[in-house]
Amino acid sequence: MYGFEALTFNIHGGYLEAIVRGHRAGLLTAADYNNLCQCESLDDIKMHLSATEYGPYLQNEPSPLHATTIVEKCTLKLVDEYKHMLCQATEPLSTFLEYITYGYMIDNVVLIVTGTLHERDVQELLEKCHPLGMFDSIATLAVAQNMRELYRLVLVDTPLAPYFSECITSEDLDDMNIEIMRNTLYKAYLEDFYKFCQKLGGATAEIMSDLLAFEADRRAVNITINSIGTELTRDDRRKLYSSFGLLYPYGHEELAVCEDIDQVRSVMEQYPPYQAIFSKLSYGESQMLDKAFYEEEVKRLCLAFEQQFHFGVFFAYMRLREQEIRNLMWISECVAQNQKSRVHDSVVFIF
Amino acid sequence: MGRCCPPMDLFRSEPMQLVQLIIPIESSHLTVSYLGDLGLLQFKDILQFMAPNISYSIFFQLNAEKSPFQRTYATQIKRCGEWARKLRFFKDQMLKAGFSPKVSKTQVDINLDDLEVKLGELEAELIEMNANGEKLQRSYNELVEYKLVLLKAGDFFHSAQSIALEQQREYGSRRTGEESLDTPLLADQEMSIDPSKQVKLGFLTGLVPREKSMAFERILFRATRGNIFLKQAVVEDPVVDPVSGEKVEKNVFLVFYSGERAKYKILKICEAFGANRYPFTEDLGKQVQAINEVSARLSELKTTIDVGLLHRGNLLQAIAEQFESWNLLVRKEKSTYHTLNMLSLDVTKKCLVAEGWSPVFASKQIQDALQRAAVDSNSQVGAIFQVLDTREPPPTYFRTNKFTSAFQEIVDAYGVAKYQEANPGVYTIVTFPFLFAVMFGDWGHGICLLLATLFYIVREKKLSGQKLGDITEMTFGGRYVILMMSVFSIYTGLIYNEFFSVPFELFGRSAYACRDISCRDATTEGLVKVRHTYPFGLDPKWHGSRSELPFLNSLKMKMSILIGVAQMNLGIILSYFNAVYFGNNINIWFQFLPQLIFLNSLFGYLSVLILVKWCSGSQADLYHVMIYMFLSPTDDLGENQLFAGQKTIQLVLLFLALVAVPWMLLPKPFLLKKQYENLHQGQSYTLIEETEESLQVESNHDSHNHEEFEFSEVFVHQLIHTIEFVLGAVSNTASYLRLWALSLAHSELSSVFYEKVLLLAWGYNNVIILIVGIIVFIFATVGVLLVMETLSAFLHALRLHWVEFQNKFYEGDGYKFHPFSFAITDDDDD
Repeated sequence: MYGFEALTFNIHGGYLEAIVRGHRAGLLTAADYNNLCQCESLDDIKMHLSATEYGPYLQNEPSPLHATTIVEKCTLKLVDEYKHMLCQATEPLSTFLEYITYGYMIDNVVLIVTGTLHERDVQELLEKCHPLGMFDSIATLAVAQNMRELYRLVLVDTPLAPYFSECITSEDLDDMNIEIMRNTLYKAYLEDFYKFCQKLGGATAEIMSDLLAFEADRRAVNITINSIGTELTRDDRRKLYSSFGLLYPYGHEELAVCEDIDQVRSVMEQYPPYQAIFSKLSYGESQMLDKAFYEEEVKRLCLAFEQQFHFGVFFAYMRLREQEIRNLMWISECVAQNQKSRVHDSVVFIF
Repeated sequence: MGRCCPPMDLFRSEPMQLVQLIIPIESSHLTVSYLGDLGLLQFKDILQFMAPNISYSIFFQLNAEKSPFQRTYATQIKRCGEWARKLRFFKDQMLKAGFSPKVSKTQVDINLDDLEVKLGELEAELIEMNANGEKLQRSYNELVEYKLVLLKAGDFFHSAQSIALEQQREYGSRRTGEESLDTPLLADQEMSIDPSKQVKLGFLTGLVPREKSMAFERILFRATRGNIFLKQAVVEDPVVDPVSGEKVEKNVFLVFYSGERAKYKILKICEAFGANRYPFTEDLGKQVQAINEVSARLSELKTTIDVGLLHRGNLLQAIAEQFESWNLLVRKEKSTYHTLNMLSLDVTKKCLVAEGWSPVFASKQIQDALQRAAVDSNSQVGAIFQVLDTREPPPTYFRTNKFTSAFQEIVDAYGVAKYQEANPGVYTIVTFPFLFAVMFGDWGHGICLLLATLFYIVREKKLSGQKLGDITEMTFGGRYVILMMSVFSIYTGLIYNEFFSVPFELFGRSAYACRDISCRDATTEGLVKVRHTYPFGLDPKWHGSRSELPFLNSLKMKMSILIGVAQMNLGIILSYFNAVYFGNNINIWFQFLPQLIFLNSLFGYLSVLILVKWCSGSQADLYHVMIYMFLSPTDDLGENQLFAGQKTIQLVLLFLALVAVPWMLLPKPFLLKKQYENLHQGQSYTLIEETEESLQVESNHDSHNHEEFEFSEVFVHQLIHTIEFVLGAVSNTASYLRLWALSLAHSELSSVFYEKVLLLAWGYNNVIILIVGIIVFIFATVGVLLVMETLSAFLHALRLHWVEFQNKFYEGDGYKFHPFSFAITDDDDD
């Protein structure tokens, strides 16, 4: 199987791979970011972006811009590109592309459920949802009172249904168990995606397993750090770790008993790829960890483009674009709030 | 650099100069816009290329590269962008309302500040109108939906009631009729439940989009665990959704529930599905009243909306009249500021410095424009115009007209000529259509092409104004090329004597006739020459005879070689003119001369042999002569001898050809090396003697002189060049045989269509078959011969020019002159 996909890949995947590589060429470069970071106002950002691929999406916006508009339009572009690719895709690529959206779906479900718990307006919540993770009856989520209802009412129709098997309880929803639900769902999703990629085999399996393993490990670290000092038991914590990745299984055992950030650090430093990330941080610091992880992720995603004839590029492209939108959001917010000194704090250069 | 020939527009590109303009800041805008009207100056982006120009950077700010929004005129550009956005908004609105912007030639003189105010006002007005209109439209749509709900739900209640009544009546009648044993004992009780105990069922009515209706029902069912009753009725016509304003197919629903919790859930679900709910009463009288009220309000709203629309239409109409001139103005303004941004600001902030390329002939016009601008803007100081010295290669600019531009495009598509090198475009004007016609020789087809292209040319004025489709635009752009092609193919068609593959005796009678009267099939029996040779072109009697093909093949093949050798020689001679023009003696003596000798001693000689054979009527085998000239040059030629002393000449030619190869290969790299060494030495001497001033100049252009001379690289390059030329001489000549092959294919195809379709259909003596035959013939002729064959002959002619002709002399590594011109900015409208 491995090594022969070059023979047949282009029959179905060639066109879309070309498309996605073309899109990748449109990602903002370090020079663009340097210029963007120098902007004095949101109009400057718009003017700079008008020379990039975002131009057509921003050109008809009336002048007093908001940072959210920029982000919204940039997301719209990503969604348009995704939809175009999905339209053109055939099996198994279309399933692969759909898998990419499940992550957004989980986030949206959690967003709506948390929002209703805090009695926010459903419409307002819907606007905040990521457009890639929308499904038909998403607004109905607001009706549900507990997990079981959530599942029976709405999610049974969505692709997320199988992931729910582990978290159906009749407990009323609260912040804690919503968070647990999110992580359980995400764990099940990652495992399922991982299995799916393994089934595809070839270069796709090889590259995607690396990317997904990184994702799983990052989540494991984040879960650990976020659950320090909460009432989550060690066993519960361990249940939230995905059952693959570099840390699986021994690292998970150690992470599960960590009580502070420095313990997490000592666990992670046993793994060479993560040693580099943690060595950049000073002791007791967890603020910059996100950025360090993002940087590492971007590096790995870019590497996915080095090889041809696999689906990993689609995943990598979506993630890179998402990172770019995060960057733009940070820059625009900094510019809008006159915090230009902090503009470099969270921007991750892609190239 | 000497001039070898009088300046002619197309032979070489226009002489260019690098000019520097120093413009006082108060007249800068006007100056740039006048220059844009003139369109003969290509501005250089100084701010981006400043680093190498050390001597200038003393005067200007030292910022090597400025991003667009940090430049002087960024705010103005943003303002223009804002206007452009408003104009796009107007255009969008106009298109939606069905107005098209009028092309008004009247140039309205508007102040830009006024325009800004006006655009702002108009936009605000339009947005307000739209908002009002939307609000009205929304309530109108809501009322329409409400009315639908009233009607449908009313129907439902009505039918439900009548069914219930009927059932009751039936039940009652059965009970009164006969007391059956089957009658459930509790039925009585069931029917007469105390109304006070009855749970009051609540209900909701509304509309839900049809595509969501199934999911809606499912979710309702799940959420209430089946404790609801849902009734849906299809609304036949799509309804305009009040929220989105789009036409959606919808269902009216009616849902019964019990309990407050269920109501709460249903309300949430309705909200989630975008189902609009409307109040509804059970009371029949109130229903009728409601319907009446709604209808009255509907008609009221309708008139209001109509008035609003009319008002909006008037506003848009007013905008439409001005739109084009505003649009033009804004676009000019924007490109002016973009250009101004490329200039650099002097440290005193009093003037702008521009650099750019302009043709030498335009100096006067540019100075005029500068002066006018200075006067018109009441500036106290005029702009300064000065020519700079530079080593940078200038852009290539040909002054073409509508006839020559298409031919120049053909050449440019391969590569833009190096500055002032010989332009193959001139020769292309004749050779291109000629080579095409050699392959497309049929005067019938030629006339068809001519008529088609004349149609374009006659309607040129009209067509050039409007937007055409992709393919039409391409053919329209090349109309003069096609005109030439068709004229030439009529000419070659007359020579080939083919009119849709039918020969005609246009220039007198055929020279051949039957031996005697008895021969019936003149094409197969032998013919004798009875008259003088047919005066022009091919004798019609050849057509259809057994020896037609061998005769034509031999003719066309030899003709192809003659044409090819002639064109390749032209290419080599052009390389001589290039060498002379650029003062490159090495290229004359060690490239042009051996190349000329090599090509002509082999294929030039072949051409001479062909001509001799044609004139003398000799039967010598030219293949044999050519092949044995190499294999055994000393052998006797025997019966293949065409003229006396042929063997000696062949030996000399062979010797020359063999000598020419090392001549091409060896001396040039060594001479270049020596030249470089001399130059290097000379420089080290002059450094001491020369003054500081020239030192600076030298240092500016250091990058040009300090190119490392790699002898091995140059030698390998020359080796490749030589091999390419030697092999190319053979393969290029062979390549010209495509002229013969395509011409053969064309004439064979057209004779197949004529004989196997038209004549066959004619033979049946049946009108229907004849008509079908004619239709098939016309389609085949147009589709295959006029379109496909034209394309293929065009492509082959293109190849012969790009590869076989241009590789002899053409460098094609220049870049095009892109003047800043409003005429061009107008064209790139989206």
